Amino acid sequence: MMRYIGKEEIEKMAIGAALLGTGGGGDPFIGKLMALQAIEKYGPVKLLSADELDDEALVVPSAMMGAPTVMVEKVPSGNESIAAFNALEEYLGRKITATMPIEAGGVNSLLPFALAARVGLPVVDADGMGRAFPELQMVTYYLDGINASPMVLADEKDNSIVLNAVDGVWTEKIARAATMTMGGSLMNAIYPMSGKQARESSIIGSLSFEEKLGDIIMTSKQPIDDLVEATNGYILFEGKIRDVERATDGGFVRGKAVFEGMNQNKSSECTLEFQNENLICLVDGQPKCLTPDLITVLDAETGMPITTEGLKFGMRVVILGMPCDPKWRTDKGIETVGPGYFGYDFEYQTIEALNQ
Amino acid sequence: MRYKLGIDVGGTNTDGVILDSDMNVLTAFKHPTTDDIETGIAGAVEALLKKSGLDKSLIDHGMLGTTQCTNAIVTRKSLNDVGVIRIGAPAGTAIEPIYSMPDDLKAIIGQHIYQVRGGHEFNGELIAELDEAHLEDIARELKGKVNSIAISSIFSPVNKAHETRAKEIIEAVVGEDVAFSLSSEIGSISLLERENATVLNAAIIDVAKRTTEGFEKALKQHGVDCEVYFCQNDGTLMSKEYTLKYPILTVACGPTNSLRGASFLSSHDNAIIADIGGTTTDIGVLNNGFPRESSLSVELGGVQTNFRMPDIYSLALGGGTIITLEGENFKIGPDSVGYRLPEKAKVFGGDTLTVTDIAVAKGVLSLGDAEKVNDLDTELVDRIYDEIINMIEVAIERMKTSDKEVPVVLVGGGSTLIEGDIEGASEVINPENSGVANAIGSAISDISGEVEKIYNIDPARRSEILDEIKQFAIDEAVNAGADKDRTEIISFEDIPLAYLPGNATRIKVKAAGPLKED
Repeated sequence: MMRYIGKEEIEKMAIGAALLGTGGGGDPFIGKLMALQAIEKYGPVKLLSADELDDEALVVPSAMMGAPTVMVEKVPSGNESIAAFNALEEYLGRKITATMPIEAGGVNSLLPFALAARVGLPVVDADGMGRAFPELQMVTYYLDGINASPMVLADEKDNSIVLNAVDGVWTEKIARAATMTMGGSLMNAIYPMSGKQARESSIIGSLSFEEKLGDIIMTSKQPIDDLVEATNGYILFEGKIRDVERATDGGFVRGKAVFEGMNQNKSSECTLEFQNENLICLVDGQPKCLTPDLITVLDAETGMPITTEGLKFGMRVVILGMPCDPKWRTDKGIETVGPGYFGYDFEYQTIEALNQ
Repeated sequence: MRYKLGIDVGGTNTDGVILDSDMNVLTAFKHPTTDDIETGIAGAVEALLKKSGLDKSLIDHGMLGTTQCTNAIVTRKSLNDVGVIRIGAPAGTAIEPIYSMPDDLKAIIGQHIYQVRGGHEFNGELIAELDEAHLEDIARELKGKVNSIAISSIFSPVNKAHETRAKEIIEAVVGEDVAFSLSSEIGSISLLERENATVLNAAIIDVAKRTTEGFEKALKQHGVDCEVYFCQNDGTLMSKEYTLKYPILTVACGPTNSLRGASFLSSHDNAIIADIGGTTTDIGVLNNGFPRESSLSVELGGVQTNFRMPDIYSLALGGGTIITLEGENFKIGPDSVGYRLPEKAKVFGGDTLTVTDIAVAKGVLSLGDAEKVNDLDTELVDRIYDEIINMIEVAIERMKTSDKEVPVVLVGGGSTLIEGDIEGASEVINPENSGVANAIGSAISDISGEVEKIYNIDPARRSEILDEIKQFAIDEAVNAGADKDRTEIISFEDIPLAYLPGNATRIKVKAAGPLKED
């Protein structure tokens, strides 16, 4: 049901967003501060549940594009996303009814709140991934044939581009090149869709879910047990980090971490493969969780999620595996975001099947 | 023979030493830190001189490592009136300058905040032309209202032109009595954290001034006429002039001094140091005699910053840590009786079971009245003691970068609590004189020079250019007082900047050498 989101809810969502970021997604810190300042100035934001959307509503996700490392230095002006929405409305000749995040993980899950507070739009309690992924076509809308175009890219200098690309590959190519020219980090308005499409093709309830996960980490006495229950997840491994290898390759941080077992995993070994996000978890060489199912490394004491950049030798961690949304578990879904797409030689199997 | 006098003011104790030029400890002094730190420093100087009976004219150098700047930030006291200027609009306006700082701090140093058009992109291009007219207006507004100004510009680590120009414009109006802190001289990429660090630096300029002048005065009063130096948190010294510009660099010099002092006392340049106190155990890593820097953003007085800090892991375990018994089970800490150990611990007739009591019951330590802990179950004592050792082992392992065994040096008042092997340690060293490791660390420090800049390097002349840059750093150190013949490069980083045209490389070189003898 419709409710209002204030500063306290944003604080919790930021922690949940880091967890669903599965090691990547960009630090939610900037998104959190932008949302907090906008709510402080313009008041709380209306959060709609997806079933409250009219079929004919015009729903447009808002997201940042480019390098998170640029965004932490060149913080947005806050006008970029408004300019992108204005340009899209003008192009479509219609008013936008609501906005939402494109991904539930990382910095992008909170940015729509900064926009919504300023322009008075509601945010839909949903997203297009249920986690974080690195490329524009890695969304449930793509699986259902919804076009990313027309999309708008806007920078803080008041430049904006309305883009009509023929498919996802061209969208990605043109948008990346424009992002570099416009300063490395900008905001988009993307995947415009009807209320009906948003309701049917989104992952529902993601923002409330983030808030719940954040609340567990902030308040629970046994955060890890409670997270397992809340996510229908599995503790894949408990151990300490023995080795981390990282390499930067075309804007991606690729690498792997090796963990030495403790407690019930004593004398076992775990390998975690990541490319910005955690993608593959093997225990003693056997797969325990494969993308698109979610893998997050948690601090063993506090339950706080640790990013791939934060992994350091000697840390005590618990690796949490969580089932992805069923929308990803289709042939097209696995083709788009399964182990094969990221170059791993594994057939996708569900986390439930791998942990019987 | 010539001498040096070193003092370290920590949160709990003020330590002092006089060393001769062969680095032998002539006199040592230790006293609880007083509320009035300046009087405490004067007292330490007096006590050291009296105890040593030294001819004062033989002292060439005085070094002070102090926690006063850190205290000012944490307690929010004696802070400057700061003008906060961010250059980069239209970018950046979605998050106001110092927005993430705690409210009580913002109420003090967040009264004059401005955002000005200008700044650079990641590739060095302009976001916007610098709005010089706006800066002139701001300067007129700030004149007479603030005595310290912090300027941060977007991507100034890549191009600092707008920060430098803004300073010129404002200084022409407000005059030279106002201090300036430029973000490009203080932190690295990540605007909000760098800006926070720059504003904190601007806020403690007056405290630094009082501290440096107080030390000079204390020495002069006791007839010592020598060069004074101040400890920074990388284990080297800075001149008074430099300290007044970058007081934030003194933050956390205490743990650094303790690491360096421990290294000197144990004759190990590469080791893990555990400083076991009453409330915490602080663990750091020495690489070639200098502390490893933290790679993550650090919190200081509730503020996220990204300036250079030693990588210290603080474990809530010390001699005064309270043990709670629940039937068969027990809990160690995190609370501690702290400085009240001599009245609270069981072995001293108190009512609180502490880590010290367990060490006495275990037979590791002979202190107070061992009979007072006779009633404890031996098996339980063993389990608790094993857990204490395990906590320290886990913390030490956190600080390692590989599973190779390294020497572990134990210092601090609580170092006697530990006996036997530590897992992951090639050897465990418990050096003499470890109680004044901090003051020794301050007195043995070298003086450094640093160059950090973005250079366009022609590949054909690469090694020639790098040699030139290294010489700049050495010259800086020598100009600051280092001995020319013994100054060398202690760290060198060159990071290619992928998106910049040409062969742009960010180079950071630091040179250090012992102080020149007169």
